[in-house]
Amino acid sequence: MKTTNLSTASVKKWTAPEQTDALSLDGVSRSFGDRTILNGISLRIRRGELFGLLGPSGSGKTALIKLITGIDAADAGRVVVLGERVPSLPLLGKIGYMAQSDALYGELTAKENLMFFGAMFELRGARLAERISEALSTVGLAQEAGKLVSRFSGGMKRRLSLAIALLHEPELLILDEPTVGIDPALRVSIWTSLLALRERGTTILLTTHVMDEAERCDRIGLLRDGSLTAVGSPADLKADTGAATIEEAFIRLGGDRS
Amino acid sequence: MRIRALTMRIYRQFMRDRRTLALLFVAPLFILTLVYCIFGGTASAPKIGTVGLPDTTAGALRASSAVVVPYDSAAAARSALDDRKVDAVLAVTDGKPALLLEGSDPSRSRAVLLSVSAMQRTASAALFQPEIAYLHGKPGMSSFDAFGPVMIGFFSFFFVFLLAGVAFLRERTTGTMERLMATPIRRHEIVLGYLGGFGLFAILQSALVACFAIYALGMFMTGSIWLILLVNLLLTLTALTLGTLLSAFAGSEFQIIQFVPIVIVPQAFFSGLFPLDGMAAWLHKLTYLMPLYYGGDALRGIMIRGEGFRGIGIDVAVLLGFSLLFAALNVVALKKQRAI
Repeated sequence: MKTTNLSTASVKKWTAPEQTDALSLDGVSRSFGDRTILNGISLRIRRGELFGLLGPSGSGKTALIKLITGIDAADAGRVVVLGERVPSLPLLGKIGYMAQSDALYGELTAKENLMFFGAMFELRGARLAERISEALSTVGLAQEAGKLVSRFSGGMKRRLSLAIALLHEPELLILDEPTVGIDPALRVSIWTSLLALRERGTTILLTTHVMDEAERCDRIGLLRDGSLTAVGSPADLKADTGAATIEEAFIRLGGDRS
Repeated sequence: MRIRALTMRIYRQFMRDRRTLALLFVAPLFILTLVYCIFGGTASAPKIGTVGLPDTTAGALRASSAVVVPYDSAAAARSALDDRKVDAVLAVTDGKPALLLEGSDPSRSRAVLLSVSAMQRTASAALFQPEIAYLHGKPGMSSFDAFGPVMIGFFSFFFVFLLAGVAFLRERTTGTMERLMATPIRRHEIVLGYLGGFGLFAILQSALVACFAIYALGMFMTGSIWLILLVNLLLTLTALTLGTLLSAFAGSEFQIIQFVPIVIVPQAFFSGLFPLDGMAAWLHKLTYLMPLYYGGDALRGIMIRGEGFRGIGIDVAVLLGFSLLFAALNVVALKKQRAI
């Protein structure tokens, strides 16, 4: 089967002996009532990898991400992140999470939002101040630090959410649709920062709808109706399906563009 | 550290939300003032029309704080009664007195009967005239003085319940709760942080309401103001923990409002605002489940009977127990948001 081929190919490619996995999922399932949201997902992401999760809306991307962070618990299977079994509170301190909807406090300024979340990760004093200004300049919000978030535009809120996820320099960055509602110029600058983070060794897992973003990932996984139908590098996926573009590859693999 | 940051955040959010601040601090004072205006005055003197009443008797009636309006004929008096110009007509025909009450307002009727019986006492040479004194309260104490203490507790409870419930819920509906759950914060830290942040405003509010009622509106008060503040604080703490706990079972702000007729209104009935002596015994036991009953009982004890800590110890303990119970249940209820 095509799927198995791709998976084993990618596993072979990425299981270098000195590497430990940043993330490993083993037969993970989750259902709500009689609706199966995730069905026996197995996946390994190595440290330092930039992994993209693609799939139509409703395919279970967000549900999978909640299992990985430990906000939600799997019905079956094992989730191990950075060598620790999920759920684990100390582990949450090593994960940076950006949710699909901007969860910000509108009555607070950008800086106060960062101070609050910084405290959640036990950053304090000079270190906190340094991290806040660094995170703000990464997302290009340094000038808006003192502005109330309720006056922010959608794109600014998205960038602030990203700054919060970066704040405590997490080993694993989980981003749910990070570039939705962000204009093209800013998207380029956010991708520049993501690639820079990867250079520094941060593992990044993101979900996306945008095909050219998928193209920039080290590997991508296609999620469809709660199952991973293909995993591999963009080049591999294209070669295996004989497609010219990622978009075409996904259509051939049975994924919708959505 | 996380608890302090959460407390600080709630404090900041609150200070920038002027409307909510006004609801918390101004609304109770406004309603309390209204209640004072309505119930605080002594009832106006009853107007009694008379027909053929001897002058000495009419004098005695006047002395009993009634307004006496003499009429020439029974028909004239009757039409005045129909037009509600007088509350009652006292007519003497063929040497026999008869009292006809207008009767649509029981409180007016009672005032008339009081005046008439006072007149009878002075008219008849009184052999048995007890000297009247009060163990608690004072002569001419208004209903405002009598149920005011319960009102103080009720307002603190109601507004804090509503605000804490909505704030905690909003954290869930805006997604910040989920975001918060993706940080290493512990569930009990969230509950304690909320207690800290809202507790601060709850203390200020209950102190303001109590001081306003006592010093500005002159509510009857013989006990210690510190005990009042202690009881009020515990009552708002109960409201705070109950509000945040119940918000776990609401999906929207509107559903929080739906808790008001179920959780708040019955408590108002059982809190001592209304006499419950006539109630069936088994129903009466329901009062033991109502935090506001203990708060009202303690506040009334302190303000009207001047009770010390000894007198309200049980109420204080129960309120504290309620708060601890609700807070602990809330820590458990947060498992719905995150497995650990």
